[in-house]
Amino acid sequence: MSELLLSGVPRRALVLLAALLAALVAFPLLVNDYFITVLILILYFAYVGQAWNIMMGFAGQLSLGHALYVGLGAYAAAALYVHFGISPWIGLGASIVISAAAGAAIGFLAFRFGVAGVYFAILTIAFGEFARIGFDHWHWVGGSAGFFLPVANYTRNDLLYLRGSPTMFYYLFLGITVAAFVLCHALLRSRAGYYWLAIRESPEAAQALGIDIFRYKMYAVTLSAAMTSLGGVLFAFYYNNLFPEQVFHISRSIELILGPIIGGIGTLFGPIIGAFLLTALAESLHEVMAAFGIDVPGIKQVFYGFCLLLVVMFLPDGVWPPLARRLGLGRAPSKRSEG
Amino acid sequence: MPADIYLNVAVSGLLTGLVYGLMALGLSVIFGVVRVVNFAHGEMMTIAMYLAVALFANYKLDPLVMMVPIAVVLFVLGYLMQRGLISPFINRPEHSQFMLLVAIALIMVNGLLIVFGPDAQSVQTSYSYDSFMVGRLIVDATKVYAGAAAVAVAAALFAFFRFTLIGKAIRACADNYAGALVVGLNVKSLYALTFGIGAACVGAAGAMMAVLVDVTPPLGPAYTLLAFVIVITGGLGSMPGALLGGLLIGITEALGGLFFTPSAKSMFAFGLLVLVLLFRPQGILGKRPS
Repeated sequence: MSELLLSGVPRRALVLLAALLAALVAFPLLVNDYFITVLILILYFAYVGQAWNIMMGFAGQLSLGHALYVGLGAYAAAALYVHFGISPWIGLGASIVISAAAGAAIGFLAFRFGVAGVYFAILTIAFGEFARIGFDHWHWVGGSAGFFLPVANYTRNDLLYLRGSPTMFYYLFLGITVAAFVLCHALLRSRAGYYWLAIRESPEAAQALGIDIFRYKMYAVTLSAAMTSLGGVLFAFYYNNLFPEQVFHISRSIELILGPIIGGIGTLFGPIIGAFLLTALAESLHEVMAAFGIDVPGIKQVFYGFCLLLVVMFLPDGVWPPLARRLGLGRAPSKRSEG
Repeated sequence: MPADIYLNVAVSGLLTGLVYGLMALGLSVIFGVVRVVNFAHGEMMTIAMYLAVALFANYKLDPLVMMVPIAVVLFVLGYLMQRGLISPFINRPEHSQFMLLVAIALIMVNGLLIVFGPDAQSVQTSYSYDSFMVGRLIVDATKVYAGAAAVAVAAALFAFFRFTLIGKAIRACADNYAGALVVGLNVKSLYALTFGIGAACVGAAGAMMAVLVDVTPPLGPAYTLLAFVIVITGGLGSMPGALLGGLLIGITEALGGLFFTPSAKSMFAFGLLVLVLLFRPQGILGKRPS
C-alpha cells in the first residue's frame, strides 16, 4: 500500500510534505486562538475544495452547487444530535448516505439525459437553491430562523459528541484534509482516476475506448458529494448554528470552489494552496481595513474581487502548477487541454 | 370571486415576466453569439436599477423615460467589458470564464453597496398607485407600462437582428464562426457590439424593474440566477425562447407565491427549471447543441 502511494513521488516533495505536516501539527502550540480559527477555515476550504476537485478537476464535471452537500451533511448530523441526542459519528453515516444519494440522484438525472457543461452546472445551482428555499420553510430544523446546537463547552473536549475547543476541531479538520489528500493521490493512480482524466479530456474518446463514462461520472459525483458532506458535519458542530440562507446559498458554493480554481484545478495541492491564499487574503484585508479605520461595508469584497480578477487573468492554470515547476516538483498531475 | 384573484395575479405575473424576459434576452443574445455565460448579468441589472433610482431621486426623471439613456450607459459598459476583460477568455475553458465573471460580479455588487448602502431604495412616480380596470381585472398601471416597454424593446431588437446589416453580421458570427472570419467580418468588434447590445437589454429592463420593485445590492446575484433559469427554460441562445421563459417564470412565481408563501416563490421557478433540464435540456424553444 505505502509502496503504491509513494512510488514515483519525488523525494523532495515527500520532504516538503513531511515538513508542512509537522508544521501544521505543531501550530496550535505556537499561536493564539485567532490564528487557530483562521487555520480551521483554511483547512475546511482545503478539504471541501479537494472533494469538489474530484468532480471538476478529475472527471471534468463542473458543479456550482456543492453547498447542497455541505448543507445536507450539516443539517442531517445536527438534527440527529439535537432531536435524538445521537452522536455525530453515527450522524455522519446518515449525512454521507443522504448526500451521496442526493449527488447520485442529480448525477443520474443529468448524465442519463445528456445534460452537460453549462447546463449541468446550472442544474446543480438549481438543486442547491431548491434545497435552500425548502430548508427555509422546514420548521423541524428551524426554518429560516436558524438551527442551533447547544454551544460547546470549551474547557472539556468531548470527542464522542464533537463538543469542544477550536483546537480539537483544528486537529479534526487537519485529519480529514490529510486523509482527503492521500485518498485523492491514491485515486489519481487508480484505474478510476485514469478513467476520469480520460473522460475529462475527451468523453467521446473515452467512450470509444470502452470506458463506461456514465458509471465513472456517477462514481465521481457520489464520492465528491459524500466527502463534501463530512466537511459539512464538522462545520455544523464547529459553528453550532445553521441558517439555510447561509449554508445553502449559491455564494457558499462559489466560495468553496474558488480555492481549487485559484490553486489549480485537477492538482492535489491546488485546493490547499488556494484555500490558504484566499483565506489569508480575506483576513489580511480585514486587518488592513481595521488598521486604517476604514469601515465601509463591501470594500473588502471589492479588493477581493480585484485580486481574483488578477489571478484568473494572469495565472490561467492557477497558482500551483507554475509554483510546482519552480520548486522542482516535477510535472503537476494535470494540465488542462485547450478549449 | 377566487378565480378573479388567480387571473389578476397571473396577469400581474405575466407583465413582470415580460420585463424578466427582456433581461434574459440580454443573457441569451450574449451566450448565443459570444458563447460566454454572463455570470454578472443580474449585477448589471442592479446597476441599471440604481441608475434609474438615482436619476429619479436627484432630478425627478421618470425611469421609463430614462430607459434609453440608461440602456446606452449599459451598452458602453458591456462593450468595454467584452473588449477589455472578456475577449482574452473567449477560448479558455468554461470554469475560467466563470471565475472572471464571478470576480466582476463581486466587484459590481459590492461597489453598489459602497455607493448606495444596504437599504432598499424605490421610485415613487405619480402613477405608482394607478390601475386599469379591464372587465373584472385590476391591473397596476406601472406593470402595464413596464410590460409594454419591454415588448417594444424586444421588438426593436428582433427587427435589428432581422433587418440591419450589423444584425445579420452578428447572426453570421453565431452561426459559423470560421465562416464569419473567412468572409472578412471583424468578429472581435462584433462580439463587443453583441455584449453591448445584451447589456443594453439589461439596462432597459433594469430601468423598468426599478418602478416595480425596491432595489438592494443582493438583488444582483438573485437576478443572475433568475436570468439563467429563464434562458434555460426557454432555450439558451434562442431569443423568442428567452421571452417565453420570462413569461412562464413570471406567471409561475406569481401563482406559486399566491398558492404557498411569497418567500417560496422562486422554488417554483427552480422546480420548473429542473423539469425542463431533465426532459428537454435544450429548453422549450432551444435547438439541441451539436
